[in-house]
Order: sequence, then structure tokens, then C-alpha cells
Amino acid sequence: MSALPPYATTGQRIWYYSFRVICGLIFFFLIAPIVVIIPLSFNAQDFFTFTPEMLRLDPEGFSLKHYRNFFGDSSWQSAMWNSLKIAPMATLVSVTFGTLAAIGLSQPHVPFRRAIMAVLISPMIVPLIISAAGMYFFYSRIGLQGTYLGVVLAHAALGIPFVIITVTATLVGFDRSLTRAAANMGADPVTTFFRVQMPLILPGVISGGLFAFITSFDEVVVVLFVGSASQKTLPWQMFIGLREQISPTILAVATILVAISIALLTTVELLRRRSERLRGMSPS
Amino acid sequence: MSDTTHSGPVLAADGTPLKRSLARALRMQKLRALMLIAPLLLFILLTFILPVADMLYRSVDNRIVENTLPRTVEALEEWDASLNQLPDEAVYAALAADLKEAAEAKVHTRVGKRLNYENPGISSVFRKSGRKVRKWDMDADAPFKEKLIDIDEGWADIELWRTIKTYSAPRTAGYFLNAVDLKLGADGVEVRPENERIYNTLLIRTMRMSLIITFSCILLGYPVAWLLANLPTSKANLLLILVLLPFWTSLLVRTSAWKILLQQQGVINDTLVWIGLVDDANRLVLINNELGTIIAMTHILLPFMILPMYSVMQTINPSYLRAAKSLGATNWTAFWRVYFPQSVPGIGAGSILVFILAVGYYITPALVGGTKGTFISNLIAYHISTSGNWGLGAALGAILLAVVLILYWVYDKIVGIDNVKLG
Repeated sequence: MSALPPYATTGQRIWYYSFRVICGLIFFFLIAPIVVIIPLSFNAQDFFTFTPEMLRLDPEGFSLKHYRNFFGDSSWQSAMWNSLKIAPMATLVSVTFGTLAAIGLSQPHVPFRRAIMAVLISPMIVPLIISAAGMYFFYSRIGLQGTYLGVVLAHAALGIPFVIITVTATLVGFDRSLTRAAANMGADPVTTFFRVQMPLILPGVISGGLFAFITSFDEVVVVLFVGSASQKTLPWQMFIGLREQISPTILAVATILVAISIALLTTVELLRRRSERLRGMSPS
Repeated sequence: MSDTTHSGPVLAADGTPLKRSLARALRMQKLRALMLIAPLLLFILLTFILPVADMLYRSVDNRIVENTLPRTVEALEEWDASLNQLPDEAVYAALAADLKEAAEAKVHTRVGKRLNYENPGISSVFRKSGRKVRKWDMDADAPFKEKLIDIDEGWADIELWRTIKTYSAPRTAGYFLNAVDLKLGADGVEVRPENERIYNTLLIRTMRMSLIITFSCILLGYPVAWLLANLPTSKANLLLILVLLPFWTSLLVRTSAWKILLQQQGVINDTLVWIGLVDDANRLVLINNELGTIIAMTHILLPFMILPMYSVMQTINPSYLRAAKSLGATNWTAFWRVYFPQSVPGIGAGSILVFILAVGYYITPALVGGTKGTFISNLIAYHISTSGNWGLGAALGAILLAVVLILYWVYDKIVGIDNVKLG
């Protein structure tokens, strides 16, 4: 929206400012629920609302007690470690397979490209409950249900569309003559891949990996069905907490997760800019 | 020099015709591309496509009746269900033999449970009879008709026999009919009794609420996308973070935030009471109903609406609007006749995406929806994990999947899945 011209009528002025106010309210709607839980997590009481002490900014009203609960409670701790064990493995699997396939998909002549793409993206589109139920039956039949491997494979499948999307997007601007030049100078395909292509598409691969990581780290429906109690992840523990007795410890966990997402978002943004610079596009 | 006068096909360096050599190179290229894709395709097929297909097959799979009661099913073929007569002794003898075998393998309750979905009450008949028939001797205890009816009156009910006969085929449409509140009677498809009709209501509610959510996302997303597209890049990027942060924040964090905010003793009600808009005694009920689900899901899905709208609006040239205005259009006409039609692809892409995601949502309705705000997904989860009626769960899942896949196909046609952008 360009700035208001000096000759604008009163009506235009009113509309200009009320439109900004409306947009501000929508941004408030988007961000406020996430921001509000951060101060609430430092509540000294077991309430889910601001106490009078907190509103007076009295230090008495604030404490780290919910954080101590989180770090001291064995079920929360084991849930966190399970999440940290599952997500990186699932990410590794989806990034490895996904990057190879994305490179294959961006070759100039790929038969059935559209159909293959549709199949590879489908885990993102199929409702999670259907994927979860299907995997539950199938994995129990082959003995993977309730195992670490089963959960990792399931989460890897869910993360793959994100890797495919980000890496193919990076490869769109990839100059193919670079690989030809490398081959021309006697590099074998493996060397070409690791020394020429990989460094250039690395930002895309990493942000795809981050997407896959957050998908697994945040996933609850599939793990509820495919996992057993010994694979209880952080979102699973939160889900139970929210459904049964909701404890304020959840606020502390939520704040930590928000911090993680801010870190991931920043990394992805920086990577995107770097990738655009590498490919000679102006950062938008 | 002689080469130029040579009139045969052009040859490559190794002597093969150039055309064939090029075709071979192309084939090699295709093969190499496929080889790179193959591991992932195989992985997805095994870990994802096959499980989903396997589950969908359960929605028509009815082998349990034929496998548990093979003799009865065969004997019943002779029996005419339309005559108001009980089957003859041969059928009862076959049933007794099947039941004895099934009871020894402890599977008689399973087939009873299966048939109970179609005709409530059968389950107990099977359970009761299985226990007794197990002790019978197949030669000494004949004839069986009277004895079976002695154990349970149910065996003298023609409806029960009709149910067994109707559902003896290895595949059935029964679960699908059940999923749309119909059932397969002796003389064809009929409507279920009033008190058993719940699935249509839920399907319609899921669709209706997903549409409401989609529309509220359009309503809230359009102004924001417009603002982002018309601000200078540096400012727009800053504001874009406010859209991307919710997108990156854990779904459970956002759901728990809403659960906490919308409570009757929560921040929103507290604020309203403090302002004086709401009386302390009758605080608003914002959670565990449809409203709670709609508010929370609109918030969760809004970034999926804003991002595609924004990327389309970025491509609309602002000078068109200026041109329209200089030709005498009012602000509204210029927007409605010139700008809006160009932004429709963005609205379409965003709406389909939001609707696809909304229709299959499970977590948020389960946590903030109460009983009134649940979706079809919640019922599928209930049938898979609690009630054990897997066939019905699979049939409901197949219907949901069909809706989603049709929309996926439409999305692919108008937007192209290659053009999905993340962040």
C-alpha cells in the first residue's frame, strides 16, 4: 500500500487508516495466542491466566517453577529424549532419499514426472488419521508397530514431501552446464555430485531437512497409532496432558517449543536468502 | 571429402546412425533419472501407499464370515430368504459343526461381533451358543435344530438367518452403506433406523465446518495478503515473519494456547469481564463446541491461505489499478473489476489447500471440539482404536480420502503440485 497522497479526501483517509487497523487486528489474532503463553509460563501460581501480581509486574508473581517441573519430571524428560531420538533419524532418511529423488526429478527428461510427483507429495495431502490407521494395521502385520524403527520410517515418509518440494525448488535455478563442465574435466558422477552440485543446493537441502525435522518433532497422530509407550514423544505427552488433566507445565514446554520454532524459522529464512544469492537471484 | 557425398544416414563417431545414438542417449538419461527416483518411490510405496491401500481394502473385506462359517455359508445357498421359513436341519447341522470348530479356535465371538454391526443382538447369540456347542459331539448329538433354538431363541429368528446369508460374500458394500447410514437388508438397500443415523450428520458437519473455516480464512487472509503485496519489500518481509511464525510453531502449542485462552477462566473471558462487556456470572462458552474448533482451526490454517494469496498478488501489476482509476473508476470498481479477478487464482489455491487440510483434521477438534465440534477424523480414530469396527473406520476413511483426492486433483490441475511453496 503506497503512502496516502496529500490530496486524499477525508473518506479515503478514514478507509486508509481503518484498513491498517483491520490488518493490525488480524496480525494480532495470528501472533497473540503464541505470544501470550510466554509470560503465562512464568506464572508463580498454577493458573492459566494473569494473576494480579503479574499484572503489577511484581517479581513475586513470576517464577521458573513450571520449567523446573518440566526438567525434573521423568515422563516429560523421557518424552523429550524420545522426540530427540526419533526426529533426527527420520530427517536423515527423508533427506537422503528425498534429495536423490529431487535430483532425478529435475532432470530434463523424466517419464511420468507428474504422476511420480503426485505420489511423492501424497503423504502431505492424505489426512493424517488415514495414514496413521493404515500404518498401524500394516506395521503390526510386519512387526514394526510399537518399535523405534516403525516410528522413524513412518515419520520419514511424512517428511519426504517437504524435502522434495524445497529441493526441487532450489534445483529450478540450477545451471546444468556446471555438472557438464565437471564431467568434461574428468570428474565422475559421484565427485561431481559432492563437489559441484551439493554445495550449490545445500541451502535447499538443509531447509528441506528442517521442514522434515519439524514435521517429525511436531507429529502426534501417527506416533499415537504406530508407537507404543516406549516411543512416547513430546507432542504425545502434550496431547495426553491437554486431553486429561491439563497442567501448567505445558506452558513451559510450549514456550520452549516456540523458541525452537523461532530458531528454525530464522535459519530457514537465512538459508533461503543465501540460496538465492548462490544462484544469482536477487533476494526477495 | 567423400563423407559429404555419402547419402546414407548421418553417423555418430562410433559408426551407429546418429538418430539411434541420440535415442539411446535419451533413454540412458531417462533411465538414470528413474534410477535416482526409484529408491524413494519404493520407500513411499512400502511405508505409505501400501499401508493406506491395505487399510482401504478392509472397508470391503468380509472374508471373516466365509472363513469362520464355511459349511453354513454353503448350506445357506440352497435356502430361499424370501420365503418365511426357517432353514432346514442341514443348515443347523452345518452351523453346529462350524460353531464347534470356531469355538475351539476361540473365533466365534469375532464373527458374532462382525454380524452384530448389521443386526444388533447377534453377538450375544454367537457367544452363548459357542460356549455350549463346544461340548457337543457331532455324531451323537444330532439333530441340532431344536437344540440350537433351545440355547438361544435367536436361532429361530428368520432375520438372523437373512443377515448371515446377506453377509456371507467375501466382499461387502455393507461398511460403506453403514458409513452413509444405509444398510443391506434382505431385499436390497434400506435406510437405517433413525437412532442409528449418525454418520451423515457428521460428514455434513465436517464439510460445513471446513467451509466455514475456509471462508473465515479468506476473509482474514485477503486484507493481510493485500497489505503484504503492496508494501515495500523490506516492510513486507518484516510483517511476513508474523505470518510465518505461527506456521512454524508446533500445532500442539497453538492448540494448547487456544485451549488456555478460550477457557471460561481464561484470558479472553477475564479481559471481557474486566472491560465490562460480559458479566462475571455468565462468562462466554468458547470452548468444547463448534465455535472453539472454528476459532482455533482458522488461526492454525490462516498462514496456508495467506502465503498462496500473497505469492499471486505479488505478480499483479499495481499500475492496472492506477489505470482503472485514471479512467474514472471509483476505488471500489477498480478493486472489484480489475484487481480482484486477477487475485482469484490465489484465493482458489489457498482455499483448496485450507479445505483439504481442514477436512482431515484430528488433533484440534479432539482437543477443543468437545462433543459438538468433532470431525469425521475423530470418529475414524474411535472406530480404529476403541470400538474395533475396523471395516467401518476404513469405509469412513475411504470416503474422506476420496473427497481429499478429488480436491488434490483439482489443485494439481489449476495450481500444479510443483508450484507448492513453503515459507
